Amino acid sequence: MGGERIAIVGAGCTGLRLRTPEASFRELVFQAAQKAYADAGVRPQEVSAFVSVAENYNEGAAIADEYVPDQLGAVLKPVHAVAGDGITGLASLVMQLETGQLDIGVIEGHSKASNVLHPAHILALALDPIYTRPLRFHPHYVAGMEMRAFLAATGNTQEQAALAAAQNRKNALANPLAAYGASLTVEQVLASPPEAEPLKLGDIAPPADGAVVLVLARESMLGTLKGKPVFINGIGWSQDTPNIEDRELHRAAYAEQAAQMAYRMAGISDAASQIDLAEVDDTFSYKELQHLEALGLAPPGQAGNLLEAGVFSPQGRLPVNVSGGHLGCGYAHEMSSLRSVLEVVLQLRGEAGARQLPGARVGLAQSWRGIPTASGAVVVLGRE
Amino acid sequence: MEQKIRGGTSLTDHALTAGEALLTHWQVKSDYRWDAGAALSRFLEGLKHGQILGIHCPQCRRTLVPPRVFCERCFRPLEQWVPLYDTGKLITYSVSYVNWDATRRRTPEIPAVIELDGASPGIGILHLLGEAGGSLSEITARLGAGTPVQAVWKPAAEREGAITDIRYFRPVGG
Repeated sequence: MGGERIAIVGAGCTGLRLRTPEASFRELVFQAAQKAYADAGVRPQEVSAFVSVAENYNEGAAIADEYVPDQLGAVLKPVHAVAGDGITGLASLVMQLETGQLDIGVIEGHSKASNVLHPAHILALALDPIYTRPLRFHPHYVAGMEMRAFLAATGNTQEQAALAAAQNRKNALANPLAAYGASLTVEQVLASPPEAEPLKLGDIAPPADGAVVLVLARESMLGTLKGKPVFINGIGWSQDTPNIEDRELHRAAYAEQAAQMAYRMAGISDAASQIDLAEVDDTFSYKELQHLEALGLAPPGQAGNLLEAGVFSPQGRLPVNVSGGHLGCGYAHEMSSLRSVLEVVLQLRGEAGARQLPGARVGLAQSWRGIPTASGAVVVLGRE
Repeated sequence: MEQKIRGGTSLTDHALTAGEALLTHWQVKSDYRWDAGAALSRFLEGLKHGQILGIHCPQCRRTLVPPRVFCERCFRPLEQWVPLYDTGKLITYSVSYVNWDATRRRTPEIPAVIELDGASPGIGILHLLGEAGGSLSEITARLGAGTPVQAVWKPAAEREGAITDIRYFRPVGG
């Protein structure tokens, strides 16, 4: 990157669960923030920039970010709201620190998905009100159409997508933060009820509640902090057209663009050989395969075959979603991809417990903003 | 507005009601079951029993209401619950003459911030004032910063653990 390097120096997470009736979203974020600040060895008074990622309709409150400062210790501090996924928010915080005007920054993401009683209706509000919404399909059809186009164009199969779901649910069994660990077979995923064919219920990451807080600092601050740094070596983001019918539905062009931007910054020329582990968006099972190809972690059309060959398993050459991904941990709105970043941070620090991968030095986390968007971000993280 | 701009045709009410213009409706189904959390749940439970609960921060020595499980200034967990009085004094108020549909109210509503006795200076709860007069001149003559007020509660059987378990605050004395 251009100026001084930026590192993640603290991380805190409540863990993800189906429901969290004992705590308000404020109380969840406070728990995660306490952990992150203790981890970094920083007091919130020393933090100069805060970023919050939240969508108003998921919160049930307009200007949801205005409800954020108290539980972060950010009262009367600069708080920047990013209406985007977690890694897009992270990019914003990196840029703020890159200015050199701010030393330590914090980003929060949280989910109270369990409080949203009609999530499909909220999702439908993202569709164009004049020419898309009046057709009144359940919004998952967008994923169903994408999945069909992707499988047809690349030769990946429905069984291979189901294997991604089964593997991630299984990986989640070794992650105490995950909500949906399970021993599932490919057959069980394929036998789950059809949602928007070829997409089945088992292909969809189920919702979860939780909160993640990350603390970032400029490299020159590291001497004063106790947190073990993980460097942000590259970050990128991209947004495709909102017109569903005009996009190349088989491709994740946004992920290709975001990856190229991040790789350029990080000096990555051959992602598949230079990256040791990846947390890739798997909000829907086929998305993991599509994203792996877009990120250059699998050759075109080969993601499913490599998955079957065990390349992306925790014991494989390039472990993918060793945390369990969103399918295994739970889909937690904008917080989801901050949880992906958290996993890479834990792995690079050697603090991932039972699922620790040996010798990981460079990791990638990738986000997708979800239906009906074609936007997302990529971050490359390194131990040095 | 019946003005033509650059040759366009402006929409009339008739065009909309007669179906000459496309009018698309969408019923938003945005229902939430918010988890109130540890602090507000206990606060609301207190209201059901006719009690207003605050919480004390031993570091900045403020007693806060509505209560929260952390002090937003000191960033530390709080656990020292304090029962407050249902009396206090006005910090500020407004006299509201508009309904939700922008029609005018004959009798105004008076939203107010009240510093409860037992809470720290400047720590107020937002509520309504009642029994404070019908006209603007009566109200402004009666109320000012520092005017003592007291809660008027719903009967115990009607309380449900909500901020509306207090009907309103009324000025006392003076």
